[in-house]
Amino acid sequence: MATRLKEVDVVIVGLGWTGGILAKELSEAGLKVVAIERGDMRTTAKDYSVPNVRDELRYVVRHDLMMNTARDTITVRNSPSQLALPMRRLGSFLPGDVVGGSGVHWSGHTWRWTDMELRVRSMYEERYGKKFIPADMTIQDWGITYEELEPYYDRFERTAAISGKAGNIRGEIQPGGNPFEAPRARDYPLPPLTPILASEMFTAAARDAGYHPFPRPSANASRAYTNPDGSKFGACQYCGYCQRFGCEANAKGSPHMTVIPIAMANPNFELRTHAWVTRVNKDSSGKKVTGVTYTNVLNGEEFEQPAGVVLLCAYVTNNVHLMLTSGIGKPYDPVSQTGVIGRNYCYQTGATATLFFEGRHFNPFMNAGGSNASMDDFNTNWAFDRAPHGFVGGYVVGAGFNTVLPIGYRPVPAGTPQWGKAWKAATAKWYQTAMQISASGSVMANRYNYLDLDPTYKNAFGLPMMRMTFDYKENEHVMGKHSADFINKTARAMNPTHLTEATARTDPWTVVPYQSTHNTGGAVMGTRPRDSALNKYLQSWDCHNLFVVGANAFPHNSAYNPTGPVGALAYWTADAIKRYVKKPGSLV
Amino acid sequence: MTDQPKKKHAVGRRDFLKKAVAGGVAATTTAVSPSPAEAQQPAPAPTAAPAAAAPTAAYEFLNLEEQAFVEALVDHMIPADDLTPKGTDIGIHIYIDRALSGAWGKGDRLYMQGPWSVGQPSQGYQLPLTPAQLYRAGIAATNAHCLTTYRKTFDKLDPAQREEVLIGLSSGKLSLGALPSRTFFTTVYQTVMEGMFADPIYGGNRNKAGWKLIGFPGALAVNRENVEKFRDKPFPSNPIGIADMS
Repeated sequence: MATRLKEVDVVIVGLGWTGGILAKELSEAGLKVVAIERGDMRTTAKDYSVPNVRDELRYVVRHDLMMNTARDTITVRNSPSQLALPMRRLGSFLPGDVVGGSGVHWSGHTWRWTDMELRVRSMYEERYGKKFIPADMTIQDWGITYEELEPYYDRFERTAAISGKAGNIRGEIQPGGNPFEAPRARDYPLPPLTPILASEMFTAAARDAGYHPFPRPSANASRAYTNPDGSKFGACQYCGYCQRFGCEANAKGSPHMTVIPIAMANPNFELRTHAWVTRVNKDSSGKKVTGVTYTNVLNGEEFEQPAGVVLLCAYVTNNVHLMLTSGIGKPYDPVSQTGVIGRNYCYQTGATATLFFEGRHFNPFMNAGGSNASMDDFNTNWAFDRAPHGFVGGYVVGAGFNTVLPIGYRPVPAGTPQWGKAWKAATAKWYQTAMQISASGSVMANRYNYLDLDPTYKNAFGLPMMRMTFDYKENEHVMGKHSADFINKTARAMNPTHLTEATARTDPWTVVPYQSTHNTGGAVMGTRPRDSALNKYLQSWDCHNLFVVGANAFPHNSAYNPTGPVGALAYWTADAIKRYVKKPGSLV
Repeated sequence: MTDQPKKKHAVGRRDFLKKAVAGGVAATTTAVSPSPAEAQQPAPAPTAAPAAAAPTAAYEFLNLEEQAFVEALVDHMIPADDLTPKGTDIGIHIYIDRALSGAWGKGDRLYMQGPWSVGQPSQGYQLPLTPAQLYRAGIAATNAHCLTTYRKTFDKLDPAQREEVLIGLSSGKLSLGALPSRTFFTTVYQTVMEGMFADPIYGGNRNKAGWKLIGFPGALAVNRENVEKFRDKPFPSNPIGIADMS
């Protein structure tokens, strides 16, 4: 029998970027807040310090900061007719499992998603007509506009120390920035990082071809910085151990060294680590939640934490899983196309070419998330006419290095043997002379890509695992070909000694190898309960004192990394909850 | 080569922290310990000792047949030449043995509940075996194949025969019966590369032979000034490992 604890104002499930932002904001607003986190407490000083943090085997290969799939995982399949099987170890994506969550091990890329995403259906229909969007592509407007989110993007950029170059300040195009970004009130808080050779070469080639490359905005402080909350950042050292690692210099904007310690210093806030939430509880009417039930994983003891407001701030898939296992909202059914929980799960796609330049020295071990270059001409560029190409969405092209360490990164030209003297000679010769050009592409929602509960497999708590049904559709294949063709054309113009061409993917999505921890959807925001789980304030349509915060709320996935809108929506939701507690009920 | 610090071991954790860390380093110390850095200093062992002592390192997991197999395998895949010593001289066999005897080999972070099904390639690893069990079964099945085909176990084959077996495993054309040969080979290949390129604290990459092969500088990386200074220039590499800074 669970021990019933004293009621608090707010209980937060999961303490990463969104939970951390809400913990700080709501405890500062005078609310009693408890955060429940399944992982342990890790700090820069004791856990992310040199030399032990500089360990590729431990952090990249063995997933030291990641979700432990022996305890809980998901089942996967490509289509509803397949038998789903457990993802027995991590591969394609890597949810975090410590205080700070994936905000500790990200590399910091931070974008402002524009109305091209937030009003995706309206904008495509207005320009291209309703028939341009395939019948099974279930994209929809998000119910929020860029203008509404702009101040919150700004706030997150300042909290997380984003280094970058503005491309559009109040409608004025800025030289050197991304000319396709939406207007921003002011520039980033920090200038861009120093570009590395690979970024410079790509930038020159893209510019020569008439495109608009710019430094990739990223939460890697280009110099020492104190954010508006007083959190102190060191300057990025371009150490090359960025994604998968905690940052020993406190140069990478992360919740464990910004919002979370501020919340922890507030007497209104309490953190409980090693605590695994198994259920969100509802009252007898089913219209309100009453709190959560969790297990202390140190001794198996079960507790019930009553709360006036419940915030789900775990990873995308875990938020959706909790809603499904707790019976909140109607589960999505792809056959009848009814229900909303699990609907519009999306992922990302991509293509990469490797260019070898005999005699050049790329020093691939010197880099940071922000030392790279990107171009947005085929993404947030509404002037790029999709009609002749026949796809919805877009892709960002970029070059540079982002944590390429030698167990995982040793490029050799095609045809090189996998072992032996010839392999060694080629590895020695080409390691320093290679660079890559990559595309990251959007994935539009599809009727048959969704999340539900698995009928067979259970996690360590006896709960049914979540089942993921996902594959790329025609739209992604067409766009993938466009991106690969563009990359190869650009690469050839750079005249490399050898070129391993980018190929458009045509095979099914696989759980190996690593692709991107940019899963989205499953409990999406929108304008009406018929096709969304949450309103524009990430408030559940079914239970008005439940908010579900994170990329689960995205009705589709763009080419951009998700953390910009995730952080902005967390601040936006914090403001909404401050209003909600004064006058509980639906905010719309 | 004058751009690299001369006293390698002097560029340790504390200097790095002074230079780079903005947060409060001493914030989590207990009353008795001077600082986290001091507290984590090991007993007064000379930093080069673990690597130098390794050639006689003993096995924890592999049996005699498996030891012979793994030694032959890593020496075939990583032969001695001007670029590196051979696999056993780099300690790759010891790396593999320790990986298999440790948590990873025993199935740490691997979901091991049934029911079991072969599934689609896109669904990833689905065998009811830990990495250590897979290795053991794979070596036995490969040696059984070698005995049938060549009347010798893998370690007794000549280089051309070994090559033939490894090509067969890597392409999946060599059948190991119930065991998918490519799954076995993928695990073997990954561990050989880990033994070559992981930090030397794990028993392989002895004397940083793998890092020296490619010019990877290792664990010490304060490149803020180096990005400009070494743009399109060779970086003078004398790699530093975790033990050198501990």
